[in-house]
Amino acid sequence: MPDIETPAAVCDGGFAKLHNQALAAIDAALVAVRSHAAPTRVTSHATWEDDRGMNERVKRLRHQSETTQPYLDMERALIETATYLEHEGSVSTPELRGMVLRDYFAKKTITIEPGELIVGEKGRGPQAAPTFPELCCHTLDDMHNMNDREQVNFCVTADDLAAQENIVIPYWSARASREKIMRAQTPAWHDAFEAGIFTEFYEQRAGGHTCLGSERGVSAGFDEIRADIQAAIDSLDYMADENAVSKRDELSGMLIALDAVTILAERYAELAERMAAEESDAARAAELKQVAENCRTVAHGRPQTFWQWIQRYWFIHLAITSETNPWDAYTPGRLDQHLIPYYRADVEAGRLDREHALELLECLWVKFNNQPAPPKVGVTLKESGTYSDFANINTGGITPEGADGVNEVSYLILDCMDEMMFIQPNSNVQISRKTPRRFLLRACEVARAGWGQPAFYNTEEIVDELLAAGKSLSDARRGGSSGCVETGCWGYEAYPLTGYFNLPKILEITLHNGVDPRTGKRIGLATGDPRGFATYEELFEAYLAQMRYFIDIKVRGSNVNTQICARENPVPFMSLMTEDCIARGQDYNAGGARYNTTYLQGVGIGSITDALASLKCNVYDERRMTMDELMDTLDSDFAGEEGTRIRGIVSRHTPKYGNDDDYADDIMRAVFDVFRDYVTGRPNMRRGEWRVDMLPTTCHIYFGEVTGASPSGRRAGEPVSDGISPEAHADVCGPTAVIASCAKMDHASTGGTLLNQKFAPAAIEGERGLSNLADLVRTYFDMGGHHIQFNIIDRATLIDAREHPENYRDLIVRVAGFSEKWCNLGRELQDEIINRTEQGF
Amino acid sequence: MPLIFNIQRFSTHDGPGIRTTVFFKGCPLACAWCHNPESQAFEPELMVDEERCTGCGACISACPAGAIVRAGDGSVTTDRSRCTACGACVDACADGLREIAGDQQLPASALARRLLADRMFFERSGGGVTLSGGEVLAQDGAYLEELCRELHNEGVHVAIDTCGQAPWKRIERLLPHVDLWLYDMKALDPDIHARCTGHTNDLILSNLERLAQAGARINVRVPVVHPVNDGIEAMDALVAYVTSRLAGARLSLLPYHATGNGKYRRLGREAHSGFSAPTDEQMERLCQLFIDRGITDVEIGG
Repeated sequence: MPDIETPAAVCDGGFAKLHNQALAAIDAALVAVRSHAAPTRVTSHATWEDDRGMNERVKRLRHQSETTQPYLDMERALIETATYLEHEGSVSTPELRGMVLRDYFAKKTITIEPGELIVGEKGRGPQAAPTFPELCCHTLDDMHNMNDREQVNFCVTADDLAAQENIVIPYWSARASREKIMRAQTPAWHDAFEAGIFTEFYEQRAGGHTCLGSERGVSAGFDEIRADIQAAIDSLDYMADENAVSKRDELSGMLIALDAVTILAERYAELAERMAAEESDAARAAELKQVAENCRTVAHGRPQTFWQWIQRYWFIHLAITSETNPWDAYTPGRLDQHLIPYYRADVEAGRLDREHALELLECLWVKFNNQPAPPKVGVTLKESGTYSDFANINTGGITPEGADGVNEVSYLILDCMDEMMFIQPNSNVQISRKTPRRFLLRACEVARAGWGQPAFYNTEEIVDELLAAGKSLSDARRGGSSGCVETGCWGYEAYPLTGYFNLPKILEITLHNGVDPRTGKRIGLATGDPRGFATYEELFEAYLAQMRYFIDIKVRGSNVNTQICARENPVPFMSLMTEDCIARGQDYNAGGARYNTTYLQGVGIGSITDALASLKCNVYDERRMTMDELMDTLDSDFAGEEGTRIRGIVSRHTPKYGNDDDYADDIMRAVFDVFRDYVTGRPNMRRGEWRVDMLPTTCHIYFGEVTGASPSGRRAGEPVSDGISPEAHADVCGPTAVIASCAKMDHASTGGTLLNQKFAPAAIEGERGLSNLADLVRTYFDMGGHHIQFNIIDRATLIDAREHPENYRDLIVRVAGFSEKWCNLGRELQDEIINRTEQGF
Repeated sequence: MPLIFNIQRFSTHDGPGIRTTVFFKGCPLACAWCHNPESQAFEPELMVDEERCTGCGACISACPAGAIVRAGDGSVTTDRSRCTACGACVDACADGLREIAGDQQLPASALARRLLADRMFFERSGGGVTLSGGEVLAQDGAYLEELCRELHNEGVHVAIDTCGQAPWKRIERLLPHVDLWLYDMKALDPDIHARCTGHTNDLILSNLERLAQAGARINVRVPVVHPVNDGIEAMDALVAYVTSRLAGARLSLLPYHATGNGKYRRLGREAHSGFSAPTDEQMERLCQLFIDRGITDVEIGG
């Protein structure tokens, strides 16, 4: 045998040593990133004393939440990397994902802040934002961008950057789902994505979109659930079931993930006990002891009190939002209905009074506000540029038996949201036929403060939507709107959103015979030069052909991504909270839920309607201009005298959506019907079907940026219409006409629609104004509207806030299905909100 | 057929609930403080927002009457004596600064149909339709009767917002179809009334009393204009009048506001000066004065 010299690295411990070195590097990086204190920021409440809240405790906690600057937290990414190094390859993927959660909860930093009654943070402390490199591995440029950008920024330290550069990027950059998703797509998909025809929700985050709601999820003890899972494992039929092994892997992953939350609860119990022992203030020591007992109880058993229920929910919330980065976090769903039995029992027993219950709710609200949505970059930031993570709590509505759902806790929640005035949780109300007027008026009163909460959802319409999607009546009644306005059957359904779809941009592509004029690239079908179309119908058919073409690309792409997500990122914890994943032995992301819907969100229905109405009216019906003249004008963005003349005609002397004018509204319906019908019912690769939503988040700004001048008079780059609201300045007949136009859409056939209305404060002042606002909501819901929300603030204030943001640090406005601080919005979005039609009288 | 210069949906200050208010054009009175000056003439009128005019001149060539000219300083002006309110310049203006007040005419049944668009809002909120102006009762009696009857037959609550300067016969024929009369009372003193509105108030007061005798639901609305009718003496007289003649009527005090002044400019007219709005405290004091003297159904605004 020839004498071969063995390389030193192989002799000197070989892979084992490299492995240990890698783990040691992670440990060192953890020490470094943990060494930084949380950064601070200024709000308009200079001290805790003048902050909001019912008492000193809440004021202090709220002040801490608001004055802590959101910052990046590398703990999760580093601990996850260690878990992968140690276990990947030796266990199944669901088990590995369960281990990621378990190790994170076992090793993460935990603290209890002064005065806290509800404990637990997703990251190292309030406003810490963990990252999810398995989904999206941020580049160093991304990290600098997060730190440096003016809005929705996150502090990033040099140690964070070093950890990212030396550990996270080398390990995750090629593994991240984002890369796999991008590699899996066709050139046609990339062309459309880059042109801004649609966005892709799985690009940086994972599917989510559900809320607490199943009986097990709402009230079972974790040990009971553990027994349920074990029973499912024990009953697997390895003799007949060809999927038995994959079911075992999934169920085994659930057991590990469930251990994670028990471990976390026990860690908090120990910490609280330790702190109680060291606490000099007897009252606080007693509170800490109670916190310890709460954690200890819910680590294994059922919650026994109102307080314990909230604490149990909060651990579940942390588990679901730490396991993966799900769009729209998680929410307790019908919080008022879940809490009412505990509330009544505690009050009866003398353990609780209204004040203390409100205090606990306010403490929970602080917890929600402490969790900024994980940092986004690129298109995902453009479509959802906010700190809000859309934890949407629906108050009111009906019970699963169909009775009025409003109870004492419902009113407490309204008081809580009124007092806390936070951008999150996204606190809203469901109004049913059975809702007492007192509740509706109180909700209107809170909304009249002007910052957009609560938004109003129509219970009957939600039930119809769910029934139309094939749910049972009692499951449908458990449903509601999560995220912005998306309908789902809470605790029983997986209904991820897949991306926004730019309806107006497709007309621009159609008018240019398949070419995107921004790039000169052919991305659509060659449907013909519009100058040659003899009739409006020819033009409309060409538009529909392009729309269908892009829907096909989008659906195909998302179906691929759905399968990649199911393969790479099972979510055992979310699965065990959602029926029937345990019974089916199948993951939430892979079709394990009882119902599985995939949503595509149409954006710009107002803009596309006005554009088509203008073409029909001005070019074909009234012949005020030729297609050639109009096209030249659009291509020049209404430049010159001719452009000004034509823009005058199309802007003002043309029927528009939002005025209860059938000329325009019929076009809206025609576009919407084709969009809905071409999407609805397609298989979604998770045993379910596709459906449509009509909501924008902040994507109407991005879609406007990439879309040239519109035949409606909208200039190139200006935002397209949001949700199902009319285009800016198009609606001139007041709110009842807007509502009448919007109600011509068949809301029951969607999974949610979003309508923004802006009022001058004077329009709804006084008791009569409040009553009129309530009746406006009621009437819209009588007509079958799904959702309506209000900004109630005068234009002059908003303009002043744009010029002097430093004076308006706490001004909150409604954007789309969420509220956000004025200062966190980009200039384009601020302008868009200022330009929304202000309804007067 | 009556001219309409505005149909206002979600009108919340002209009667109860959510309403649609129709503004007919033309009024027999000429109140000096009128905040809808475009409502006064019975003919269509051009309104121009000259302050925002860029002077592009597109309207000059569009005007068939040659009424629009460029002045020496480059600005564009309209000679109203030659304007026929044909509306050609409205379409020509790219910035939408020109409009014709009173360019709508609808047969009574068509108007009724249009007003039903918001019927669900009316029914939810206890609202309805308010016919206003200008002076609605200065319009064709048969037209008004048909309009009110059709609305009433559909179950829509109908309110008439009037200054009362109209033949009693025209009022009488509407009585069965009208649910509420919003009846303006500008001044009890006939001289002040004549000076400020161009007419004495004898017909107005007699109509009001006959309405009350006929059992109509009346909401007396008093525009409070300083210094015309906001003095203690005037208010005392009003208290006495309402107490003796109008038992059961609701009283609304409407503070004068100057928001109509811009409209005068757009009509090429001068707004009257010398009026001012009462302060909030003053309005509260007046309101209390009525309550103290036994008239409890009184409100500010409405």
